[in-house]
Amino acid sequence: MKTFGGPVLFLDRSDINTDEIIPAKYLTEITKADLRPYILEDLKLPGFEPRGEKTKAARVIVSRANFGCGSSREHAPWVFEVNDITTVIAESFARIFRQNMFNCGMAAIELPTEKIDSLFRYADSPDVTIGVDVERQAITVKSGGEEETFTFDISPFDKALVLAGGWVDYADQRY
Amino acid sequence: MGKTTAEKIFASHLVDEPFPGTRVLRLDVVMCHEITTPIAIADLMARGKDRVFDPTKIKAVIDHVTPSKDSKTATQAKILRDWARRHNIRDFFDVGFNGVCHALFPEKGFIRPGYTVIMGDSHTCTHGAFGAFAAGVGTTDLEVGILKGVCAFREPKTIRVNLDGTLPKGVYAKDVILHVIGLLGVNGATDRVIEFRGAAVDAMTMESRMTLCNMAIEAGGTSGICMPDAVTVDYLWPFIQNDYPSKEAALAAFSQWRSDDDAVYDRVVDIDVSLLEPTVTYGYKPDLVKPISEMVGTPVDQVYLGSCTNGRLEDLRVAAQILKGKKIAPTVRGILSPATPKIYRDALQEGLIDIFMEAGFCVTNPTCGACLGMSNGVLAEGEVCASTTNRNFMGRMGKGGMVHLMSPATSAATAIEGVMADPRKYL
Repeated sequence: MKTFGGPVLFLDRSDINTDEIIPAKYLTEITKADLRPYILEDLKLPGFEPRGEKTKAARVIVSRANFGCGSSREHAPWVFEVNDITTVIAESFARIFRQNMFNCGMAAIELPTEKIDSLFRYADSPDVTIGVDVERQAITVKSGGEEETFTFDISPFDKALVLAGGWVDYADQRY
Repeated sequence: MGKTTAEKIFASHLVDEPFPGTRVLRLDVVMCHEITTPIAIADLMARGKDRVFDPTKIKAVIDHVTPSKDSKTATQAKILRDWARRHNIRDFFDVGFNGVCHALFPEKGFIRPGYTVIMGDSHTCTHGAFGAFAAGVGTTDLEVGILKGVCAFREPKTIRVNLDGTLPKGVYAKDVILHVIGLLGVNGATDRVIEFRGAAVDAMTMESRMTLCNMAIEAGGTSGICMPDAVTVDYLWPFIQNDYPSKEAALAAFSQWRSDDDAVYDRVVDIDVSLLEPTVTYGYKPDLVKPISEMVGTPVDQVYLGSCTNGRLEDLRVAAQILKGKKIAPTVRGILSPATPKIYRDALQEGLIDIFMEAGFCVTNPTCGACLGMSNGVLAEGEVCASTTNRNFMGRMGKGGMVHLMSPATSAATAIEGVMADPRKYL
């Protein structure tokens, strides 16, 4: 199983697509590690720098609705993985991106709007971290002296994929 | 209670239900291209599992960047090519025989009603036009599909989109699907299948139905689906004539996959297509659509006609009809990419290529090309393209470029005027 949790990158927009996460021109790379410098390169958001310190430090992304829409490219979760980001928390996900995350043993966590809004209240805190416990289905956000825990729903299959470390190992044992 | 086409396909292909709500399905076709497959191949090799579940059920093509443009894309092509040879995958299409996957594979008769189809490409939903369940997947799902011939899905609910009435002059399947995406929104069909029904669909060719289903993913849909009928049988007949004694017998067999009259839908959307106008996108999401009348006069730098959405023969015919005897505006670069070698040759024989070249179009080999800015036809910062493709995300066709999605007819009229134009005055 992968490790989850840590400093947070807040991306305050819905419909962040896979072309923004990793532009198609980099899909010619044939190792995952080679994708590392290009994370979120085409994403334009106020105050966001693809190669900034916040991006480098991040282990968790928090965003809005329909995260990862567009292409089927698994390069999108991979570019997160090789930058040590193994969790994306959003109001909702595009289907293929969501499945790609779980298939890689990573966590795509859906929370209702009001809980996402609560997380975004920490967006400007310099020391915010989120702890992720997939087994217990809970995340804990910490900043200053404050600490809040939210529980989340996850399908038993997706949870099994995270615990197994991904779909290839799971399927290989079973089919 | 009746079943939808998707429910019938799920029930008939079920291998396992490891948890409630998760269905592992047996796959009839696993399709591969050179961008998303090589990493799956490399991973299988690293695991010591360089095998394929059934070489006759795997179809592979080099289409995204072809002929290769540099060492990296040449390596991707080589990995796919070597793998196809190593595993005796006979349906592998290389330079000279290759074209855009979602145009080429249907043309070869690979997709049949009731099939389950996956590919590491989001526009795999195209193949639902044949009454199949066809889903885009990532590289890991593809890898397991190649190795085991199975894929896991949440059983999708179905949105039924009734397209009633007759298409008015200048309005095509592309305009309809852009309108539908505008109604549903970019995530309106997430974890849903979009079933296209109604008189307008019944009257459509397979090519038009593929255009409809191709963009189901732009509303978040898992697969588009059309009901198999006599049009489906006619299209597939050259490939199935030895399997059925008559077209009627084929139709009877295919009809088992049609949704039952009492099937239950998640949502039903009714659209009278006779009220639609030519439709285009105006922003960086495919659900941001407007009638062409509100966009007329918007300057463009490039017109791109091609892709898995609209690079088929009927698309070229419509555009050529408008371009015949005319020149494109001197401020515009026109690029035509026929989606497959067969389409290219048919267009040559019909004189369509002559019309395009006479008008000032550059004609490229069949490839995904400009659609995703990976090889030719890339936009410069600040440039605008009128395009028959399926995605208008910021930077899609080149960093800082903007794409307006539209039909082949609207793109042809736009090429002539150099600004976005209504095709109806040319028809």
